[in-house]
Amino acid sequence: MNATRRQLLAGGGLLVAFSMAGHGLAQLAGGGEGGAAPPPLRPDLPGSLKNHPVLDSWVHVPPEGRITVYSGKAELGQGIRTALLQVAAEELDVPPAAIDLVTADTARTPDEGLTAGSHSMQDGGTAILNACANVRMLLTRAAARRWGVEPERLATNGKAQVVAPDGRSLDYGALAAELSLHVEAIPNAPRRDPRHYRTLGRDLPRVDIPAKLTGGAAYVQDLRLPGMLHARVVRGPSYGTRLATPQIERARRMPGVVAVIQNGQFLAVVAEREWLAIQAMRVAQDSDYIRDKPPLPVDDGPHRLEKLPAREISVLNTHDGAREVWKTVRGSFSRPWYSHGSIGPSCAVALAEGGGLTLWSHSQGVFDMHRAVAELVGLPPEKVRCIHTPSAGCYGQNGADDVTAEAGLIAMALPGRPIRLQWMREQEFGWEPCGCGMVTRVEAAIGPDKRIAHWNYEVWSNSHNNRPVGAGGYAVAQEIRPGFPAPEPKPIPMPEGDGDRNANPLYVFPNMNVRYHFVPKMPLRVSALRSLGAHLNIFTIESVLDELALAGGVDPLAFRLAHMQDARARAVMIEATTRFGWKTRPRGDGRRGCGMAFARYKNIGAYCAIAMEIEVERETGAIIVHRVQAAVDAGQPASPDGIRNQVEGGILQSLSWATREAVTYDATRRTSFDWGSYPILRFEEVPGSIAVHVMDRPGDPFLGAGETAQGPTSAALANAIADATGARLRDMPLTPAVVKAAIGV
Amino acid sequence: MNLAITVNGARHQVDARPETPLLYVLRDDLGLNGPKYGCGLGQCGACTVQLDGKAIFSCVTPVGAVGDRPVRTVEGLGTSDRMSPLQQAFLDEQAAQCGYCIAGMIMRAQALLDADPHPTEQKIRAHMQTNLCRCGTHMRILRAIRRVAGIASDGAAA
Repeated sequence: MNATRRQLLAGGGLLVAFSMAGHGLAQLAGGGEGGAAPPPLRPDLPGSLKNHPVLDSWVHVPPEGRITVYSGKAELGQGIRTALLQVAAEELDVPPAAIDLVTADTARTPDEGLTAGSHSMQDGGTAILNACANVRMLLTRAAARRWGVEPERLATNGKAQVVAPDGRSLDYGALAAELSLHVEAIPNAPRRDPRHYRTLGRDLPRVDIPAKLTGGAAYVQDLRLPGMLHARVVRGPSYGTRLATPQIERARRMPGVVAVIQNGQFLAVVAEREWLAIQAMRVAQDSDYIRDKPPLPVDDGPHRLEKLPAREISVLNTHDGAREVWKTVRGSFSRPWYSHGSIGPSCAVALAEGGGLTLWSHSQGVFDMHRAVAELVGLPPEKVRCIHTPSAGCYGQNGADDVTAEAGLIAMALPGRPIRLQWMREQEFGWEPCGCGMVTRVEAAIGPDKRIAHWNYEVWSNSHNNRPVGAGGYAVAQEIRPGFPAPEPKPIPMPEGDGDRNANPLYVFPNMNVRYHFVPKMPLRVSALRSLGAHLNIFTIESVLDELALAGGVDPLAFRLAHMQDARARAVMIEATTRFGWKTRPRGDGRRGCGMAFARYKNIGAYCAIAMEIEVERETGAIIVHRVQAAVDAGQPASPDGIRNQVEGGILQSLSWATREAVTYDATRRTSFDWGSYPILRFEEVPGSIAVHVMDRPGDPFLGAGETAQGPTSAALANAIADATGARLRDMPLTPAVVKAAIGV
Repeated sequence: MNLAITVNGARHQVDARPETPLLYVLRDDLGLNGPKYGCGLGQCGACTVQLDGKAIFSCVTPVGAVGDRPVRTVEGLGTSDRMSPLQQAFLDEQAAQCGYCIAGMIMRAQALLDADPHPTEQKIRAHMQTNLCRCGTHMRILRAIRRVAGIASDGAAA
């Protein structure tokens, strides 16, 4: 039926052409993480309209009152709610305040897969942009019919009205009443002229911030349903452990404890009040623990990956004829396992009622979740509704999915009572999937022309995509009986990639051999962390470029520009360095130094260049970042300040990763369990200043910017340290002890 | 047992054991959202409120230790329609991303500004050192505090 409809709409030849183009160039929903979004019904349509071509999936214009726009993307603290509102308001040509935006609810919104991979603007924003343009076109045509004039002579006025040249006007509501939006979009509905934008490209204050400043109910943690009970899970100290002798009966006897849920090894206490649930959890956890998985790699850290069986993936293999080699650079780079470090431990509310289950979750993948939790609890997917509800930032797959699945299991055992489950701080650190530890190795050379002659690159990584798409993806699925086996980890194919994300340089180098050693076996439980493998790959590429530039006696900026043909890439590098004052920067003097780095995220997302000035305190090895200048090209910005906020945040988070973060562990368990054992950047350590310039690209396609700063920031820092001290640091974190050892004081 | 505490200017009778952390009384007995559970260890500051004007971690403060001293949460500063100067400064600077830490940030900064209306940049950073933000909103938080403190410049070089 779909094929027939597509053939009718597009014609056979055209359909084939789109299919072929789609195969090579298509970006994967959610950056290739999680399950696929629904199959494309209309490959000719832009963004997620491909998967949901019917306009009323996206927009509802009632005869009177506010317009509703539906999005399958979720507010994660990145400001997407405001950006999507701006997109919708612009193309509908109404004030943003006239729109209600409904997000990521399996009962109400289109399934747009995950909110991940910097895809929300590219897929979701593009869909809303074009859906709203279609709706405005239909409203304008309806007015034209009513007035008997050509639609081309009519305009909209930004106030939800169509206006005629003679000054007559008709409200959208009145026009919508005689119109069905249950029709498929066309791919080329006339879009508003960027020169006349009223909302898009403006710094609209984020709509979610006021509640967050005043104690409004802004988070799933703040959801209080009538009759709600509080639950806590009872567990060993980290993933791969279980309690030897949990004190179940002692907990059950405590006043205020309503139930103890036991299913295989999965244990939870449920109480009338939250503090009682915590106390009962502590009593129940009064036990030694047993490790029931292979020991953790205490001796060799991420380098353990190089010794494990790997699937070999050739990313690039180009042959341009042998070039003369003048100087060669070799090096191995690594990063440890990272914690997402969400400030709020993961939380969910679940209610089993009337044969169905409702979940309020801060998962990035509510659409995968309603299918996967359904499998876990034994309900058909249509009986499980999942409503995305914001929480603390997740930056990838933290405990959000697990805690929701667990809340669902508890709720199924206590039907009729809403269950609020929040993980404890130590459970979040101990049980969430970590960001992957990784290793790279490079051998690259320049010729006498001071240009790269060849480039050999290897990367070792686990899968960055262990997001649950079936019941087995949840940690609890291996605790309950009967359980569900964990699925086989899979890499994400290029162009998104996972461990090899951004391992393919955007620069033009001859004779490239880039190999991805995909390691299925996971020493630590891992999944997606902001930017996936791009962080270490960009760190490596941009570090080696500086080493080669130094070897050739070429300025790092000039060396990069000599190998870059992409005009927008060149533009951000020039913009950031010009604003930074690169030409007149203080030269490395043993203490002070400057570094730069660049990447286009995934080579298909936003462009980002970073320059920074640092100082190394030689006595302690501490790094002080004085100033950071970034330039970002994200296509048409929805809200430039929204992009600045995300990029500033990315810069600080990347500085924190690069300088001080590493999940610690002994052979039996993770030993990072609080902010003392997993320190992150604090106020006295943040830079003196950060400036982010957002390039103006009127009308250009949206490019997601939420992850674009992660790689370039860490790389610019390492380059600045090398400039300041002459020491090239290749293994993160670049702690004061590491710096001190490298500079030999 | 019944305890009386004063929160945001109002006296409340709550049924709680004295060792219960103030955080759970504020959230679960009084229904406030501002103070957040972040770590339960006094390490992150998401639960920060003012006790007798000083910034404290409500997650490690037993309700029984509060006594007659007034408690102030972010709800006691202003509302979304009538924000306090500091809340307004956070809004003007768009000083939030996920925002989970922000109510605690505001309360910690308010305690500083109450004691010293014109702190130096260095003093602001030192005072805020106890509160964690994972989204990396620090520069904007500092700008918002400076705005109220009357410091114009964008961060002295460290």
